Amino acid sequence: MMDLLKKEYNSASYVSGPLLYLEGAKDLPYGAIVDITDGNKRVRGGQVIEVSDEFTVLQVFEETSGLDLASTSVSLVEDVARLGVSKEMIGRRFNGIGKPIDGLPPVVADKRLSINGSAINPVAREKPEEFIQTGISAIDVNITLVRGQKLPIFSGSGLPHNELAAQIARQAKVIGEGGEGFAVVFAAMGITQREVSYFVNEFERTGALARSVLFLNKADDPTVERLLTPRMALTAAEYLAFELGYHVLVILTDLTNYCEALREIGGAREEIPGRRGYPGYMYTDLASLYERAGVIHGKPGSVTQIPILSMPGDDITHPIPDLTGYITEGQIFVSRQLASAGIFPPINVQPSLSRLMGNGIGKGKTRADHKEVADQLFASYARGVDLRKLVAITGEDALTDNDKKYLRFAEGFEQKFINQGAADRSIEQSLSIAWALLSEFPRTELKRIRKEYIETYYGTQKMSELVA
Amino acid sequence: MAGKIKSIAGPAVLVEDLEGAKMNDIVRVGTEELVGEIIRLDGNICFVQVYEDTNGLTVGETVYTTNLPLAVELGPGMLNGIFDGIQRPLDKIREASGDFIARGINVKSLSRTAKWAFTPSVNVGDHVAGGSSLGTVPEFSFTHKILVPPTTSGVIKTLKPAGEYVLDDVIATLEDGTELKMYHTWAVRKARPVNTKLDPNLPFLTGMRILDVLFPLTAGGTAAIPGPFGSGKTVTQQSIAKFGNADIVVYVGCGERGNEMTDVLVEFPELEDPKTGNPLMQRTILLANTSNMPVAAREASLYCGVTLAEYFRDQGYAVSMMADSTSRWAEALREIASRLQEMPAEEGYPPYLSSRLSAFYERAGRVKTLEGNAGSVSVIGAVSPAGGDLSEPVTQATLRITGAFWALDASLARARHFPAINWAQSYSLFMNILEPWYRANINQDYPELRLEILTLLQREAALQEVVQLVGPDALQDAERLNLEVGRIIREDFLQQNGYDKVDASCSMEKAYGMMQMMTALNKTGEAMLKNGGSINDFLNDANTLEKVGRARFVPENEFPAYMADYMKSLETAFKATA
Repeated sequence: MMDLLKKEYNSASYVSGPLLYLEGAKDLPYGAIVDITDGNKRVRGGQVIEVSDEFTVLQVFEETSGLDLASTSVSLVEDVARLGVSKEMIGRRFNGIGKPIDGLPPVVADKRLSINGSAINPVAREKPEEFIQTGISAIDVNITLVRGQKLPIFSGSGLPHNELAAQIARQAKVIGEGGEGFAVVFAAMGITQREVSYFVNEFERTGALARSVLFLNKADDPTVERLLTPRMALTAAEYLAFELGYHVLVILTDLTNYCEALREIGGAREEIPGRRGYPGYMYTDLASLYERAGVIHGKPGSVTQIPILSMPGDDITHPIPDLTGYITEGQIFVSRQLASAGIFPPINVQPSLSRLMGNGIGKGKTRADHKEVADQLFASYARGVDLRKLVAITGEDALTDNDKKYLRFAEGFEQKFINQGAADRSIEQSLSIAWALLSEFPRTELKRIRKEYIETYYGTQKMSELVA
Repeated sequence: MAGKIKSIAGPAVLVEDLEGAKMNDIVRVGTEELVGEIIRLDGNICFVQVYEDTNGLTVGETVYTTNLPLAVELGPGMLNGIFDGIQRPLDKIREASGDFIARGINVKSLSRTAKWAFTPSVNVGDHVAGGSSLGTVPEFSFTHKILVPPTTSGVIKTLKPAGEYVLDDVIATLEDGTELKMYHTWAVRKARPVNTKLDPNLPFLTGMRILDVLFPLTAGGTAAIPGPFGSGKTVTQQSIAKFGNADIVVYVGCGERGNEMTDVLVEFPELEDPKTGNPLMQRTILLANTSNMPVAAREASLYCGVTLAEYFRDQGYAVSMMADSTSRWAEALREIASRLQEMPAEEGYPPYLSSRLSAFYERAGRVKTLEGNAGSVSVIGAVSPAGGDLSEPVTQATLRITGAFWALDASLARARHFPAINWAQSYSLFMNILEPWYRANINQDYPELRLEILTLLQREAALQEVVQLVGPDALQDAERLNLEVGRIIREDFLQQNGYDKVDASCSMEKAYGMMQMMTALNKTGEAMLKNGGSINDFLNDANTLEKVGRARFVPENEFPAYMADYMKSLETAFKATA
């Protein structure tokens, strides 16, 4: 390794955008990490993205202005991009490529792992079926998150998804095993300074930092680093989960910035673009991130992912949410309409879905009546929302008394159940609020819930005692 | 002589001076001996697509050719198995490399230590032709026929007696010295030969009423299931894998979710095969290339899958193959084409997308095997149209080839209507060819009854549009009757609850009975209106309506009595309240 470090390549022949071409550097391995030193002895990082016997293409991790062909020299750092991992990472802040930015010394690495990871063997995977409580009623009751799941938040620009992310990071816990063994890995890609200070302050203020690892790639950091940030975070998460036994929740924000970076680099490499200019391999690339979630037979820990993406133009058919939806196990939908009505978190449960929900709820996991309550809430809310459209045309007087109950239910559901502000609600509390709302209906309207649960819970909860 | 790596870009590797390089031969790349395939030859340069991650490779590392095309091993030991995209057993990979899949692992596809009880069915001195059977091996409750490789034939010189052998044992030799074992290999990109292709005039019954009745598939036919995400595509495929009337199921998870494969792996061994009572997994072969496994292997996985299916077809069995999803396969094709700097056509897909897809789907069919038996491969391919847009190239190319189109609909799924198959958009080109079978085996009037159901549904859809505008009260009683019967057909016939033990699968006989119940209900209602009754009499007869609704939950053996009772009660229905 040491003699390799000394070998320098001075044959730069072409620079364009973030790319640097070297001639005759064919012994650099594909995917290797290099240092690029310019005439002023300034060092930039870089990665080999193509090698041939004639030239080697490097992707430069910072801006290329100031590089020249004559005095630039390149040396090999590592055969593949790696991250030094250790338990000491918890509570620390790093930049997008794993360098500390909290003023503390670098972490002493236990291991240096390739950030590309490897695919989990499907036969080694365990079925994800343990409940994670986020403390947010809409998610816990209607879009339940399960250990090992990947459940993205589909949002839009200007919507409070960052606040939602911070709240989940703060509140998430595994029920029955206390707070011990739970860790959050937070990776931000291309976020603004304003957002960086928000997250750093939030994590410090609420004490969430003590169980978190932060990777922050800012909007003005080099684009290329954005492609490494989520891989750094997931490598740290896999280490914490599968070697140290933590239940790790990985929050990735904002995947849209990541995909933009992918498109930018693809363009610089003069690749043939696919839909809307995004590279044809974007599905595979996104899958190489999202699939790094799961539970493994015989390992105590787990990796759960909440990627956040802002849909350009709120368009769910845009390639980024579209490809994401095909890989992830459901989605949490943030609604502009609810947000502008002042509801927080503005989660619209109708287009939202958790594919693994059925595995993680019910007796012994959450509560026996959970599934039926969730179904009833969904059905009643859907009917209420439909009736709103009718009211817009005919006015409320045209409705039957029964229909008016649905209208009021939809209102209460949004105002009391979904709109919880910064409160941290246990699953019991969330279900109680649901019952308080459902008890406004006559018993006969609760068709999705079986009798025994109605007898146990109907009318037992008072909204005034549950929600301030 | 071994070649040398000239350049590396993702899964595309250029190799120089590889002696003996032939198109589509498998090569071993670099010191880690990664598996790759030659996909283009240009002077002394070969283009190789590598089936494993290429990070860390360097220019100048050696590459050698195996001189063999990408092939699968065909013999006992595949059932109940899960393999990666190029038929490497995933459990053996796990033993070799742990929970994560490492590179350059060299494991045999089929176990060389497992013993199989072979019983010969030929004698020394017999002439055996290619594709005929030498004998049988029991594999779970399934009789695995040991086939002579399709390209080999001759007179048997020696033959092992009945007994237990491992795969590498020579069980027979031919006069010309050819040694025959219990397995042989076959190059996956080449269809296995058959005697003749037969007319596809038998149905492939799935146990799903909407498919079997409205949009049937033939044994040996092809169907496409396009659906946006969240519309229940995978659930529908899994249900067909469970209840479809095939002897063998080959399930290719092509670029899909890892947790979903786990679901199949956990669920199938627990499920009972409705025919034998054994775990469903014992008639199933899984090929899993999850979305983060190498992209080139994803391209190969469909061909591996269909070759395994053909092998069981050649033994005279009915095989169904599920490909989930062909869109991911097409994307793999696109990714590799773009790495090779090929000229793109629509949406970046290579111009040969359509011909490759056709070539794949045409490997389905009902055939007379080389041995003279009938066998079939039915292919059901899922398509994941980008943005739910059915005009995209993969969906369109698929539609031109496949004979049945089962359109999944996200809005139906959201309304919790399962299976979420849109009956207005779906179609099947097989109805005409199947008509004689339905007349002979279900009932002489079956096609007419089916048409009646379809008409009722169409009329209801038209009336629904009116209702949306003016409300149901503006309709006449006859129309409201139609609306109500249409609703009953939708909710109590087309819908099926996959989690209900009885309703999850429905026989053709029961489906026919239910069709009779519903059309009879309509006729009785019409007669009542004609005699001066009102629609409210109909709507208020909760007893009769409930009976229709409960029919799908009545077990098959109790159904004839249930139906007879219902038909009898129809005579007096709507009168009590009149």
